[in-house]
Amino acid sequence: MHIPDGYLSPSTCAALYAGSTPFWYASLNKMKRRLNTQAVPLLSVFAAFSFVIMMFNLPLPGGTTGHAVGMGIAAIVLGPWGSILAISVALAIQAIFFGDGGITAIGANCFNMAIAGSLMAYAVYRVIAGGAAIESSRRVAAAAVAGYCAINVSALLAAIEFGIQPALFHDASGAPLYAPYPLHIALPAMMIGHLTIAGLAEAIVSGGVVAYLQHAEPALLRSTAPGAAIAGESAGWSGTRPLWIALGVLLVLTPLGILAAGAAWGEWMPEDFSSPAARQQMAAASANQAPPAQAPAGLQRLATIWTAPMPRYAPPMLKSPQFGYILSAMAGTGLIVLAFLTGTWIFTRVRR
Amino acid sequence: MKTSFVERTIAGLSNGMDFAAFADTSAQARTGLLQRVDPRVKVAGILALIVAVATTHSLVAITAVFLLAVALAVASRVSPMDLAKWVWMPVLLFSGLIALPAVFLTPGDRLGSLPVTAQGLRTASFLLLRAETAVSLSSLLVLTTRWAHLLKALRVLRLPVVLVVILGMTYRYIFLMLETALDMFESRESRTVGVLEPADRRRLASATVGVLLSKSYQLSSEVHLAMQSRGFRGEVYLLDEFAARSVDWLWLGFFFAVAATAAWVGR
Repeated sequence: MHIPDGYLSPSTCAALYAGSTPFWYASLNKMKRRLNTQAVPLLSVFAAFSFVIMMFNLPLPGGTTGHAVGMGIAAIVLGPWGSILAISVALAIQAIFFGDGGITAIGANCFNMAIAGSLMAYAVYRVIAGGAAIESSRRVAAAAVAGYCAINVSALLAAIEFGIQPALFHDASGAPLYAPYPLHIALPAMMIGHLTIAGLAEAIVSGGVVAYLQHAEPALLRSTAPGAAIAGESAGWSGTRPLWIALGVLLVLTPLGILAAGAAWGEWMPEDFSSPAARQQMAAASANQAPPAQAPAGLQRLATIWTAPMPRYAPPMLKSPQFGYILSAMAGTGLIVLAFLTGTWIFTRVRR
Repeated sequence: MKTSFVERTIAGLSNGMDFAAFADTSAQARTGLLQRVDPRVKVAGILALIVAVATTHSLVAITAVFLLAVALAVASRVSPMDLAKWVWMPVLLFSGLIALPAVFLTPGDRLGSLPVTAQGLRTASFLLLRAETAVSLSSLLVLTTRWAHLLKALRVLRLPVVLVVILGMTYRYIFLMLETALDMFESRESRTVGVLEPADRRRLASATVGVLLSKSYQLSSEVHLAMQSRGFRGEVYLLDEFAARSVDWLWLGFFFAVAATAAWVGR
């Protein structure tokens, strides 16, 4: 996830430095105003903390281990602005001192992980945790989901940054000058690792630390929980739990769709019109009306405009269609839930 | 033998501290060439070289800058063996793994009957050479400059003073935190007999992070009180003790000339 030098073109790096600067400036001002003389020691010590956390090897289910960035837990304890600065400083020291992440890519790495990651983690945590009590298990789940979403939004941004390089920057012979893989390879290559291992590491560390702090030091969770109910008053999860369980069952059952015979009516692709087997299915599904001999010109023209990152509900490199279906269902549902939560969050902010 | 996550974390943490100790010793070697150059010149010059390596479209220019970095390292008493151990190998393992498939996957002209394209080889070389050269240059900076001086020198990049102070304090507390984490893991490891259940392992990892977090919080308030008792009122000042000599200006000219040439050759 730490983008080294040479992977992004200088103009991409410059754009991301420029994109990060207002966030750094605003967070530094906000922290100084809120904490006055305490800002410098607090940010320094927390940046050191984030740095050390990034070196931890975290045990994951299945016997593997992974590294977390820690933006989830930093955003929950420090708030988004403090987290942006602490993680940025940790990333800068990693790049300058340990060569982990490039110097020209500090802007990009900070934009992806420190800025987008912290803001995402904070928004998801606040929306899911709502007004739950500090001790509520809902806060643990909120922190885990926040960490998971944060690392994945960072990975998605990095993948997009990598993926646009070959199209924009190549020499006369067509050889890419920077990151060599186009979007349709960069996106799945980055996201599969992050939707699984790295996402899990971040979820475990965020959720686990919040669970630990609930018992050991609940005061550290108060600053980002202004509306937290007193223990016992909040309904917590119980209201929506059956819905989440049902959603989980549906996700696991999605490969059932493969059992359905034939192609869905009207969801044909241009190649289907030239394949005898597909033509037969089309005719069978259209009350034995024979389809036109060639794919309609409009369909042929428009079909090339957009290629889905996961065509036919499975990333191209996955051999098992069942797993592809479940993965697509998880990604799709995740995006919908996220969009809905973000919408709710914005809506409640505006109303207030 | 399969090592536990605790052992692997201990190894990772002590590896970080070893590198820092190595860098500090190397930065203080008085006989080295770059150690005697004004830190501001080194920051500006090496940054210019890194940007040139990122900008140039010529593999020859990048290779030349890489060889220059190796030569400068040798003249600064940094052995290529140490560079290989700390810098080149980790980058080769990471970027090499990423660059390798590009050799086969990049569309272009096939090389004979091999499943390899000329464009693929070229793009993989760009990725690997740029990454290795840039990281060699930045290590050169760290291995020949004391961290405190390096941070003050960052002021030439117009970094706000408060950020320079935060970077300096962070660096100091990183070692305290590394020590603390290392102690916690080592003491836990020495009390553990047998193999921990997966759930216990995760609980142990998150509890360690949690303890470290609450220690950080306490530490930051103690540091704050200590700073206040010494008269800290939120304003930060840096003592600027650098004085550039004429030889430093020559170095700056040299760095900029190489960077400009590398960028121009591969424009």
